[in-house]
Amino acid sequence: MYDVYKIRKDFPIFDVRINGKPVAYLDTTASAQKPQAVFDAMRRVYYEFYANPHRGTYYFADAITTAYEQARETVRQFINAREVREIVFTRNATESINLVASTWGLQNVRAGDEILISEAEHHANLVPWQHLCEISGAKLAVFPVADNGDYIEEEFLARLNEKTKLVAVSAMSNVLGTMFPIKKITAAAHGVGAKVLVDACQFAVHYPLDVQDIDCDFAAFSGHKIYGPTGIGVLYGKAEVLEKMPPYQFGGDMIDNVTFAKTTYADIPARFEAGTPASVQAVGMAEGIKYIERIGFADIVRHEEELIRYTNERLAEVPKLKIIGTAEKKGGVFSFAVGKIHPQDLAFVLNKENVAIRIGHHCAQPIVNRMGYNSLARASLGLYTTKEDIDALTAALLKAEKFFREE
Amino acid sequence: MDIEELIENFSFFENWEEKYQYVIDLGNKLEPLDEAYKTEEWKVKGCQSQVWLVPHFAGGRIHFAGDSDAILVKGIIAIILLIYNDKTPEEIKSIDVMKIFAKLGLEENLTPSRRNGMLSMVAKIKEYADIK
Repeated sequence: MYDVYKIRKDFPIFDVRINGKPVAYLDTTASAQKPQAVFDAMRRVYYEFYANPHRGTYYFADAITTAYEQARETVRQFINAREVREIVFTRNATESINLVASTWGLQNVRAGDEILISEAEHHANLVPWQHLCEISGAKLAVFPVADNGDYIEEEFLARLNEKTKLVAVSAMSNVLGTMFPIKKITAAAHGVGAKVLVDACQFAVHYPLDVQDIDCDFAAFSGHKIYGPTGIGVLYGKAEVLEKMPPYQFGGDMIDNVTFAKTTYADIPARFEAGTPASVQAVGMAEGIKYIERIGFADIVRHEEELIRYTNERLAEVPKLKIIGTAEKKGGVFSFAVGKIHPQDLAFVLNKENVAIRIGHHCAQPIVNRMGYNSLARASLGLYTTKEDIDALTAALLKAEKFFREE
Repeated sequence: MDIEELIENFSFFENWEEKYQYVIDLGNKLEPLDEAYKTEEWKVKGCQSQVWLVPHFAGGRIHFAGDSDAILVKGIIAIILLIYNDKTPEEIKSIDVMKIFAKLGLEENLTPSRRNGMLSMVAKIKEYADIK
């Protein structure tokens, strides 16, 4: 039995009161709150065996190296990668994608080639490819989505051809909530010889990610969104693809042998992890993953789907509220506008009512503009979100609508 | 109305709803900004909403017109212009706007973290005072 109130007790931040009242945290899409277990695991490292991994020959160094590599194994199991060396630790998903653009991309993408993305991509899965196209002379192709945010297969297939070198697409849009059929997209892309990168930042929070089943070549996500700490992210890459890629950054930990005449580089994944890694954060992220697994995705999905239904029902009570992104298959992300009220005005009242939502272009300006807006309000759900949070959101929106109603 | 009257009016409000309803009213009474000025050229950068500010220099004083597409920001603009309008550059530079906003109980609008751009607007006003 999924007891969300019991689960919330695992998250110290929910004890915080602002002006004596609890906070309805509805910005998990931007970053998730973290359970006590994550803090405990990270503190244990610092208190009991902290040192620089991979370097020492003493107890602490062995212990931290073991913990860091165990974290890698935890991530491997989490996304069902074939081998542990397919897991590269980065700073965040943005760095994971930049890594692919500046190594695999520079090596493989030439003038005349094409990179295909959806029009609903986060800037992190857009700007690196745009930049790669600028310096390589390749073309950035973009497939549109429907007005309601739905994936349109014909639009994707119409832009996929033998010039396509890479398809980079989100498994779940951070603005529309749309879930793209990444397995089908990957099969079609492989059919023309293109590689596939999946931005799994949002998807990995809410649904089990299976990179072998999808068969994508790359996947990227961040630790801080899967209930872990900031400063750590993951790049998954198929071993045979990673093995052919040159290093990303240069320095310590990524070398095999160094002389002034020539340096040879380490095997994967170390080749892509130059410098002292964020070992404590990796341990924290692994603990976030274990937390998700202890609860289990089956129950998380059931809880969130019930909340999605409830949120749709409650938001319908707010006059003039329009949800942007109503795809048939969507996750717990609600971008919306309330009449002509500026999202900044909405957010002001919501903040006074202790409701935490995000406003702006959500780092995905093209899709927000495409839907006819400069700025949108967005509420998003996590495994700890309650109906009371949605009630608080609805009440605050009703208050704001009344407050700004033009007579 | 001068700023002392405004401070007195604000002292009667008991909660944020009353206070900001009054801010909205002030915005509604703001002298309209000609649509022709609502361009990139007159936009104040660093705001989550769109904010425009246009100076008119006459007789050694500066008169500002401004607007925003966010209702609350428009109200705050009305207050800022009440504070700064038709002053000499020297007067503009000597005004402690933070102190006035504290007296109004609106200081939250001028904290750097609010990102509503009102600090950028004040900086822009001082910039115009500097070039004269």
